[in-house]
Amino acid sequence: MFLSMNNVHKSFTNNDKTELVLSDIQLDVKEGEFVSILGPSGCGKSTLLSIVAGLAHATEGSIELEGKTIKGPCKERGMVFQQAALFPWLTVEENVMFPLLPDMSKKEAQQKAHQYLQMVQLGAYTKHSPHEISGGMQQRVAIARALAMDPALLLMDEPFGALDEQTRSRLHEIVEKIFLETKKTILFVTHSIAESLKLSDRIVVMGTQPGTILEVIELNFPRPRSQSKEELLYYEEKIQALLKSEIDKVTEKEQNHAASR
Amino acid sequence: MQPAVKRVIFYVLLFGIWQVAVYLFDVSPALLPAPTDIFVSLYEGFSNLTLVYDLVASFRRLFIGLAIALVLGLLLGVLLAKSKTADETLGSLILALQSVPSIVWLPLAIMWFGLNEMAVIFIVVLGATIVMTINVRTGIINVPPLFIKAAKTMNYRGFRLFSKVTIPASIPYAVTGMRLAWAFAWRALMAGELLSTGPGLGYSLRFASDFGDMSRVIAIMLLIMLIGIIVDLLFFQRIEKKVLRKWGLAT
Repeated sequence: MFLSMNNVHKSFTNNDKTELVLSDIQLDVKEGEFVSILGPSGCGKSTLLSIVAGLAHATEGSIELEGKTIKGPCKERGMVFQQAALFPWLTVEENVMFPLLPDMSKKEAQQKAHQYLQMVQLGAYTKHSPHEISGGMQQRVAIARALAMDPALLLMDEPFGALDEQTRSRLHEIVEKIFLETKKTILFVTHSIAESLKLSDRIVVMGTQPGTILEVIELNFPRPRSQSKEELLYYEEKIQALLKSEIDKVTEKEQNHAASR
Repeated sequence: MQPAVKRVIFYVLLFGIWQVAVYLFDVSPALLPAPTDIFVSLYEGFSNLTLVYDLVASFRRLFIGLAIALVLGLLLGVLLAKSKTADETLGSLILALQSVPSIVWLPLAIMWFGLNEMAVIFIVVLGATIVMTINVRTGIINVPPLFIKAAKTMNYRGFRLFSKVTIPASIPYAVTGMRLAWAFAWRALMAGELLSTGPGLGYSLRFASDFGDMSRVIAIMLLIMLIGIIVDLLFFQRIEKKVLRKWGLAT
């Protein structure tokens, strides 16, 4: 299997209290697959992605990519965060060159940066500073930067959560196009049902307290998904029903917490 | 009305009233000389080059002291930001020293280095290093963790991560630190020269005071003030603004 997560557990210890965040996560991802991880806030979906990225470590269990156990961050796993995380002291182009420079000449890196900036339709903004372009454009630069490393796996952690509706749907198109063109394996964390339905081959629905996989939903209909409205509606209701009890659980915990104060 | 116009009117009035008051009440020049006397003294000081020599001497010490302070402050700031133990021990001492005006070290400095330039430079270094250290430390501690995470996914770690991400990300704080270090150094230098030895602006001020030449005293005070303002406005504030704009922190 391309990417496999085996019995991943993760717990945090805070003030001598241990809280289980992820419990027994078991998931396999095929090469070239677009998999969304969908769940309410606090279900540990971002934590799971951080573990895949190598930025956090599993308390128990392991994750393997192409047969190798993940131990730390590496260029083979590019990551796009919720905030673009561009370096303000570098231009757009220099930001995309940043991961390339240690391994290739400046000229080659620049060429490659331009190629990927064109892919996200930002070829005209190479010399701009990050703060001179909009949030959606910044996120596109971040995508270009992750792609420029030519990672085997692209990790996206709610990359469009902070953007407005129009910008988001434009970025969905760009991501879908990139996915079809580059055939990258993408692991995409989101809390938006619509977003996951639009983009994924499979949706991993996660429950909370502790974070577990509730169900994995396979979406076998053609792209663009706007053609198959009825099927989408069916799945949307199904996922909503799955998540309803989870959200009730969170609300109940909040109320208990409020009552105990 | 433009702020600049308001300012000109204000200063003309200030000096005008001062001039008239000194004239009307026949104030002794040993107490408060008239503005015209001060300007004459300033002109004389520049035409016979004594003030120019003082300026050169003062600036020489300032640059030596400030250069040492900036390098030292940078190194100490990095140390405090990177080592928790150093921060908890040495850091507390540096914070405590911040509340002590550096000039109080002069008696000790004179014992250690003698009544010479070294003692004054020591005071300047002490005054400027602490504020630089604190700013560099704050800058490094406040580097957004997201930058570090992002860089790690791009294979940056260790010294390369530090030099390519941590250092540039903390430059806005370091620049503010430099600006404050200059201000502290300038004040410390004047105090040091006033109480130790010359040549220098501070020393000439005391020399004039010993001879009761108050118009020279005020002329030098004006000069100290003007240099302080000009260097800050024309140099440090400009750099600071440029950096903040480039880093997207100010519009």
